[in-house]
Amino acid sequence: MRRFIADIGPAAALAMESCVHCGRCAEACQFYVQTNDPRYTPIHKIAPLKQAYERELGPFAFVYRLFGLAPQVTAKELESWQALIYDSCNMCGRCSLICPMAIDIADLVERARHGLFEAGLVPADYLGALAEKEQATGSPYGLTQAQFRDMLHDIGLKHGVVMHVDEAKADIIPTVSSIDLKMFPASMAAIARILNHMGVSWTFRTDGFDADNAALTAGDRAGQRKITLGIIRAALACGARTVVMPECGHAFTEMRWEAANSFGQALPFRVVQITELLAEGLSDGRIRVNPGVGERATYHDACQLSRRGGASAAPRLILRALGVDLREMGDAGDANWCCGGGGGVALVKRAQPLRDLAFQIKRRQVEATGAGTVYTSCSGCRQTLEHGGKTANWTSTVASLLERVADTLAHNQKD
Amino acid sequence: MTLLEFARGPALQASALIMIAGMAWRMAGILLLRRRPQYAASRHSLARRMGGGASLILSRFIPRRTFWPRIAVGVMLSAVFHLGLALVFFGGAPHILLVHQATGLIWPNLPKGLIVMASGLTLAAMIALIVRRRLHPVLRLLSTADDYVSWLLVFLPVLTGILLSGEAIGDYGSLLTLHILSVEALMIWLPFGKLMHSVLVFAGRWTMGVTFARKGAAT
Ligand code: SF4
Ligand code: SF4
Repeated sequence: MRRFIADIGPAAALAMESCVHCGRCAEACQFYVQTNDPRYTPIHKIAPLKQAYERELGPFAFVYRLFGLAPQVTAKELESWQALIYDSCNMCGRCSLICPMAIDIADLVERARHGLFEAGLVPADYLGALAEKEQATGSPYGLTQAQFRDMLHDIGLKHGVVMHVDEAKADIIPTVSSIDLKMFPASMAAIARILNHMGVSWTFRTDGFDADNAALTAGDRAGQRKITLGIIRAALACGARTVVMPECGHAFTEMRWEAANSFGQALPFRVVQITELLAEGLSDGRIRVNPGVGERATYHDACQLSRRGGASAAPRLILRALGVDLREMGDAGDANWCCGGGGGVALVKRAQPLRDLAFQIKRRQVEATGAGTVYTSCSGCRQTLEHGGKTANWTSTVASLLERVADTLAHNQKD
Repeated sequence: MTLLEFARGPALQASALIMIAGMAWRMAGILLLRRRPQYAASRHSLARRMGGGASLILSRFIPRRTFWPRIAVGVMLSAVFHLGLALVFFGGAPHILLVHQATGLIWPNLPKGLIVMASGLTLAAMIALIVRRRLHPVLRLLSTADDYVSWLLVFLPVLTGILLSGEAIGDYGSLLTLHILSVEALMIWLPFGKLMHSVLVFAGRWTMGVTFARKGAAT
């Protein structure tokens, strides 16, 4: 079990030592709020990790071992914790906003998943299966470079947009999310259209395209690193100055905040999320749009971009530029509620009933705004909201902010 | 040597020593773990990251408005308890005198009536908190022996302190001895259980504040 706690440093140890058992975190977590089941109390979800820490690493570990106060975490125990760690935590970090001790439980859940992954306890259907394929092929859906290249050319043809693929030199390389590849291919046409419109030098790189990083949510550290280093190498190979993360919260978290650590030094390029690039382009005039009038819409923040990524302002700037009548939900921005499917929960099949319950919060919030459309900048959120909406016979439309910008470009260039 | 002399002398020194050594050990055990360097480009300067740490230390004293409807009872009870304890500890004349004798520092005390009221409220809040801990399903699930031991070791000094201030109740000398011994028990336990949050709260908030400021997220 030592590997469970292998990379615990002072920040995580502080978190592990500080809990005062006040129970407040439960009241911020959608899974507790919607079920009233105390097992969904955030800090309770990482109990095995804490037990391993107290036994192996904490300042009084010798006392815990001497008096048998923290027994070894067994495989059986871990197994019984699997559903709590994978199905009922989307690593949204809302609990860390309410915790008086400022414990980052989402971070601890990620560490707990490392232990479960190494014990072979990722829910196989189908997060585990995706992570396995990603580890082997670089893509959760097992796409080869050649398949990706063909796919991009097909998308270009279908949408009438010039695709730049595997060019030797480029300033900007956009990455994609495997959810986009599977469900929202138009988003790849959208990014190509916008980059063409901006007149920048850019290229997709088939040697580092899929930023989704299912490994991160599965707890597979080696896989996570492999995907990340693949993108870094691709960016270095073409001398990119900017790597653009797709509409995907966790992809941004990984590349923006973790990749440099995996690389072992500061990255020689900047990493931006697509909304940040769009906001920049709209501000400096490289992106020109035909603003609409009176479209009443709301915006769903992806937790990894807002609360945990500091990128809440960009989408709002974009929506203003588009002339959208933005009706914010309660708790918009930093305190937003997760869509219910983040952190890989959307990829755990058996978690669907829980996800649907969590979705009810979002549904109530959206309905309270009176908006017809919910924009988002995360394909995972988009997919979860669409699924949730379908199950609940919801009439609101869920849409991508990126695609909306591409559809609104002034003098739409098809080149 | 009477028991009171023992409590005021060697017992106080020993418990202070255990408290300080225990706290130092625990903090060292946390802070000396291997740190991973952070290479990701920060959104903000070092000064603003420090500002984020300081800001989160302060902002976390009052929960965000959106959370209040669900946590008001616990927050209010906890606030009354913590504030009451602070008033009694820092404002009570005998406590100030003790600190003065030990360190030379002195500050004006609060009126005795206020101190008695604050101790009464503290005691009432503590009783409500422990009842709530036994009744609330989340708190029951989270609670360990540490919660009850820590509660008792804070409750006893508060209780004996109130009895002392009443003067008429019981034998003053014995009560004072009990009061001092109960505080010493608390001091000895402090580094080993959840009472250590009195220090960890600042370190934890600072750490999150700096980390979030680095990311440009709200602190
Ligand atoms: S990170 Fe989000 S889902 Fe996970 S325990 Fe905290 S509030 Fe709940
Ligand atoms: S809110 Fe923080 S201190 Fe309170 S129980 Fe949850 S993790 Fe522990």
